[in-house]
Amino acid sequence: MGEDTDATPTLNHHGFLPDHNYVTEADIISTVEFNHTGELLATGDKGGRVVIFQREPESKSDPFSQGEYNVYSTFQSHEPEFDYLKSLEIEEKINKIRWLPQQNAAHFLLSTNDKTIKLWKVSERDKRPEGYNLKDEEGRIKDISTVTSLQVPVLKPMDLMVEVSPRRVFANAHTYHINSISVNSDYETYMSADDLRINLWHLDITDRSFNIVDIKPANMEDLTEVITAAEFHPHHCNLFVYSSSKGTLRLCDMREAALCDKHSKLFEEPEDPCARSFFSEIISSVSDVKFSHSGRYLLTRDYLTAKVWDLNMESKPLETYQVHDYLRSKLCSLYENDCIFDKFECAWNGSDSVIMTGAYNNFFRMFDRNTKRDVTLEASRESSKPRAVLKPRRVCAAGGKRRKDDISVDSLDFTKKILHTAWHPNENIIAIAATNNLYIFQDKLNSEMH
Amino acid sequence: MSATTAMEVNIEARRILAVSISKLYASRSQRGGLRLHRSLLLSLVMKSARDIYHSSRESDAPSEAQSPPEEPMDTSSSPELPEPQPEPLSERNSSETAVKESDSEEEDYESDTTEDKENLSPARQSRKRRGKASAAPDFLPNKRARLEPGEERYAAPVASCRVGAGESLTTLSLNQVIPAF
Repeated sequence: MGEDTDATPTLNHHGFLPDHNYVTEADIISTVEFNHTGELLATGDKGGRVVIFQREPESKSDPFSQGEYNVYSTFQSHEPEFDYLKSLEIEEKINKIRWLPQQNAAHFLLSTNDKTIKLWKVSERDKRPEGYNLKDEEGRIKDISTVTSLQVPVLKPMDLMVEVSPRRVFANAHTYHINSISVNSDYETYMSADDLRINLWHLDITDRSFNIVDIKPANMEDLTEVITAAEFHPHHCNLFVYSSSKGTLRLCDMREAALCDKHSKLFEEPEDPCARSFFSEIISSVSDVKFSHSGRYLLTRDYLTAKVWDLNMESKPLETYQVHDYLRSKLCSLYENDCIFDKFECAWNGSDSVIMTGAYNNFFRMFDRNTKRDVTLEASRESSKPRAVLKPRRVCAAGGKRRKDDISVDSLDFTKKILHTAWHPNENIIAIAATNNLYIFQDKLNSEMH
Repeated sequence: MSATTAMEVNIEARRILAVSISKLYASRSQRGGLRLHRSLLLSLVMKSARDIYHSSRESDAPSEAQSPPEEPMDTSSSPELPEPQPEPLSERNSSETAVKESDSEEEDYESDTTEDKENLSPARQSRKRRGKASAAPDFLPNKRARLEPGEERYAAPVASCRVGAGESLTTLSLNQVIPAF
């Protein structure tokens, strides 16, 4: 691939004690998302907090400080709740964040946990009125007798303050756990998907939503698949796709019927009967689906592979990329330690020429669709000094020929998993969430997309 | 499958079944409630393991007496069973507002080493409930749930899970493992 990526300083949620391998669970990052311009980057964590980073404008005096991301705002999006009817705790973990396209000075984002979606307004305040008649600088009411003249309050500049306020709360529409939200290209509606149903909302209306997909069988014992991810088409506001635990994708057209249980297209690759094992179903479950920016392709991730599908070809994927095929013989151990249930996300670059996804040992992989070259990189403190160029890593099979710096499959740390990654919409800047740390890498040489 | 013997496959299948059952049991106390997707995947693995276990047992002991195959599950009626079976494994899916979680996996598991009750071919879907509770209507909760002494009471009724490690296998109706919400 030939790109040189260097690291900006790692941004650490507090709670990490470097002497021990102890990480506060609430600090584990659970979602990462750039906004539409790439100026802002939002992360959500298991503790229900959202941290927004803003890219510093490029400075001519110090060319190396261009485009660094610094904390812009932090707020508590969701709190733990208790469902008294079912005696279940509702986790505050942020499952997904999606930005709305910017329409005025303020930024809006949707954040969701298992049950409730919230719309947040993020706005800046850099001026403050001063010179009130009836209250003093601290806000205390003045003694009327001391007021001798009338003054007009004026706006004075102040230190920038970022205010975040909840504008809408979309609740009580999902019986099952929400796994995806997606904003429609009409910028008026969005959808939320749980294990069995997908609902369509209007951004301004919180007390009702339309159910557009329902795959719940009449008898739950007949359940064979669940919805794992869903996304609207980037340009066609009537089209959306959802993936299932069986490894299928369904493209639905909302113009065809009010309830889109019947798909317009079904994307499915026939199973290879030779590869059948106890765990075939688990590893074929699609954990993430993303439309390409062009809207022409779909990117899916299952446990061992990433696949690119052409919307015009339903019978099989266009391209299949092996992310960590060396795990295929270890599925039983990965089942026992629960790693086989990990849900990896995937991402496109801005020009749809490169796809990226995470793996174990804090490795992440990038595949260039044109050159067919791929690279494995590591997101760790040791290998990511600021301005350092990332070194490609290699995993070799146990007992196989080992080069220096190679790592053997048996030495992989399965507790260090990169589930969430994001790619800047226009530039070669990527955000990698490694447990409770966020890494931002930039490609200095090739900053502009080709 | 590779060149492993039927015996090894058998042992592997039993081990996977035991691991799966313990995972299902552990997921009940998970924060945020039972995850439908995970439960479904666990049940699929258990189904594969069970099918492979039984097909490898059949190939090991082809001379065992074959009981008549069971009738398929009829959700509306309560069919009589050809032979006594271990306790049923799940409560039926009652209305959507049902509070109970499925305790299917926690029902008593009994060993069926003495008689090959499970003669279903892997392809046959066994969704049959067995035992006395199948005489009850679908919508009533399973009365088999009970507490063992010393067991913490969860919001949903908890029955005991007496799975001997890898030893006892049941005629699992794995489709019934999916919790009823």
